Amino acid sequence: MLKSTRNVLLGATLLGVTLAGQAHAETTLNALFMAQAAYSEADVRAMTEAFTKANPDVKINLEFVPYEGLHDKTVLAQGSGGGYDVVLFDVIWPAEYASNKVLVDVTERVTDEMNKGILPGAWTTVEYDGKRYGMPWILDTKYLFYNKEILEKAGIKAPPKTWEELAEQAKAIKDKGLLQTPIAWSWSQAEAAICDYTTLVSAYGGKFLDGGKPAFTTGGGLDALNYMVTSYTSGLTNPNSKEFLEEDVRKVFQNGEAAFALNWTYMYNLANDPKESKVAGKVGVVPAPGVTGKSEVSAVNGSMGLGITTTSKHPEEAWKYIVHMTSQETQNAYAKLSLPIWASSYEDPSVTKGQEELIAAAKRGLAAMYPRPTTPKYQELSTALQQAIQEALLGQASPEDALKTAAENSGL
Amino acid sequence: MSGTWISTRAWLLMLPLLVVMIGVIGWPLVDTVRLSFTDAKLVGTAGSFVGFDNYERIVTGSNFRRALVTTTWFAVVSVAAEMVLGVLAALLLNQRFRGRTALRALMILPWALPTVVNATLWRLIYNPEYGALNAALTQFGLIDSYRSWLGEPGSALTALIVADCWKNFPLVALIALAALQAVPREITAAALVDGAGAFNRFRFVIMPYLAGPLLVALVLRTIEAFKVFDIIWVMTRGGPANSTRTLSILVYQEAFSFQRAGSGASLALIVTLLVTVLAAAYAALLRRAAGAS
Repeated sequence: MLKSTRNVLLGATLLGVTLAGQAHAETTLNALFMAQAAYSEADVRAMTEAFTKANPDVKINLEFVPYEGLHDKTVLAQGSGGGYDVVLFDVIWPAEYASNKVLVDVTERVTDEMNKGILPGAWTTVEYDGKRYGMPWILDTKYLFYNKEILEKAGIKAPPKTWEELAEQAKAIKDKGLLQTPIAWSWSQAEAAICDYTTLVSAYGGKFLDGGKPAFTTGGGLDALNYMVTSYTSGLTNPNSKEFLEEDVRKVFQNGEAAFALNWTYMYNLANDPKESKVAGKVGVVPAPGVTGKSEVSAVNGSMGLGITTTSKHPEEAWKYIVHMTSQETQNAYAKLSLPIWASSYEDPSVTKGQEELIAAAKRGLAAMYPRPTTPKYQELSTALQQAIQEALLGQASPEDALKTAAENSGL
Repeated sequence: MSGTWISTRAWLLMLPLLVVMIGVIGWPLVDTVRLSFTDAKLVGTAGSFVGFDNYERIVTGSNFRRALVTTTWFAVVSVAAEMVLGVLAALLLNQRFRGRTALRALMILPWALPTVVNATLWRLIYNPEYGALNAALTQFGLIDSYRSWLGEPGSALTALIVADCWKNFPLVALIALAALQAVPREITAAALVDGAGAFNRFRFVIMPYLAGPLLVALVLRTIEAFKVFDIIWVMTRGGPANSTRTLSILVYQEAFSFQRAGSGASLALIVTLLVTVLAAAYAALLRRAAGAS
C-alpha cells in the first residue's frame, strides 16, 4: 500500500498525472460480449468507459464475437481453465451453464430494489431451477414490423392481429402486384429459425417439452411448422428466408422489399433512420400476432444476461461491473437500441419519446414472452429442430415426419 | 566407438525438439485416444470408461455416413478442379506476354486472403437478394429469376466448392509454375522442331517435370479438403438441411456445441485415421513416381 502510494507520487511528479491512473489499476477483468447492431461494440465500450471512470482501480478488457460463436467460446474458455470474468449469455443457456458450473449463482447478491424494479419477465432470462445466474441485460422479443406505405397502397386499414390475417393481407399485397413475396423471416439453419418457430409455437399454444420429453410433434408445435411451410410454399414468404439471418431480414425490409418482417427490437430505430433505410418514417411495429381462440399476441423470450464465471478470481469487481451495465441509468441512456429491463422506465418520457409505437408493442409483447425449452441439452434439441424446419421447408420431409426425427435426435 | 558417441550426441542435440514434439503432438494424441473411450463432457465430469461405445454409435449413425459422403464429394470435386485450373493457369503464366508479372502477383491474392475473409466475400457474391452472381447471370440471360444459392441443398455444396477452388487453385498454380520454369527450353524447342503437337508436347515433354510437384500439391490439397471446416462454417454452418455438414463440422458440433468430449474425440480420431490412410496411399504413389523417373 505504502509502496504503491509512493510509486504513484513519484510517477505523478515525474511524468504527470496520466501515470497515476495506470498505477492504480489493480484488477483486470476480461469480458466477453457479442458483436451486433444493438448494443454495438462502440456502445458497450462507452458504457464500460463510464464504469472505469468511476472505478479507476479496475481495468476491463472487452472481447466481441458474433452470436453464433458466443456459446462455444464461453464453454471452451471454461474447459481450458477460464479466461473470462464476465460473459454475456443467451436465455437458452442458463440450464446448461448451471448444470456444468459455468456461471456463479448470484441469487444472494440481488438487492430488494432490483427484485422490485426489474420486470418479472426479464428475470426468467437468468433463472434455472429457482436460482439466478446473472442479471438480465438485453430485454428482447420478436415483433411484427410492417411497411405502412405498402399496407396503405393495398387498402389495408390495420396491421394483422392473427397469423391467419397476416397471410390474408400478404396475399392481398401479392395479388395487387405490390410485392411478389411480402413476408421476410430469418429461417437459416441457425438459432434465428428457432426464435421464429417459438413465436409461432406460443401463438398456437404449443409445448416443447412435457415431463422432460419432446412434445412438439403434435398440437401447437406441429401447427407452427405447418404455418411456416404453408407460408413458404404458397409464395407469401420470401423464399430466400431459408438462408436469412436477422441482418438479412433487416436489409430486405429497409429496401422496401418486404411488407412484413419478424425481427428484434433493434430493427425499429435502424429502419427508421433515413441514413440507413429507404423506408424511414414508414415503419410500423406491433406485437407478433395471435391465433383466434388461442392467443392475443405471441412472443419469444430472446433476452440475454450478464453473468460471472466460476473461474473468475474477481467476482466482487465483476458483479460491480454487471450492476453498472444493467443499472436503470445505463439502460435508459441506451433505450433507443434496446428497451430497459426496469419497469418504471416505460413511463419515463426520456425513454419513450420518439418510439411510442415500439413501447406500446413492447408492453404487450414482453408480457407474453414464451421461453425456449430450459434443458441442459438445449443445443442438441435446437440443432435437431433447425434441421427439421429446413427439411420441411425444402419439402424433403412432411412437417410431422421432420418433427418426429427431431424428437429422436434431440437427445431427450 | 566414435560412431556411438556421435549418435549419442546427435540424440542429445535432438532431445529438446523431441521433448517439444512429444509435448505438443504426442501427448495430446494419446490423451485424445484415452478420451475417446470415455463418456466425458467438455466441462465438469471426467467421464467413465465406456469401451467402444462411442465408435459404435458414430459408425452406425446416419449422420456420420452422410457427412462422410458430403466430405468425400467436396474433397474429390474441389481438388480435381483445383488441379486442372492450377495447371492451366501455370501454363498461361509460363508464356511471355505483357503484364505477366502483374498477373502472377494478382493470382497469389486469393490464396493469401484469410479463409474467413474469402468466405464472407463469397457469401456476398451468392447473396440471394443483392449478390453479384445473380446480377451477372440474369444479365447474361442464363437464369430468369434470382436464386438462393446457399439456401438450396442442390446448389449449396457446389457453391462452397467454387469458393474453395477460387481460394486454393493459386497454390497448385504456383507449384506447377515453379516446375514449368525448370523445363529446359532446348527440349521444348527440339520437340517443336520434331513436329510434336501441343498436346504431345505437354504429355511427353512437360508432364514428366510436372508429375512429382503436382503429386505433392495433390497430397496437400486432398488432406486439407478432407478436413475442411472454416469456409463452410462461415458460409452455411452445415445447412441447408445439413446438406453441407462435413466431418469436421460434425466433430465440432459433437465436441463443442453438444459438449460430448468423449464421442467428439472418437469422431476426430476416425477422421484422423481416414486422412492418414489417404496420405499413406499418396505417399506410396509418390514413391512409385519417384522410382519411375
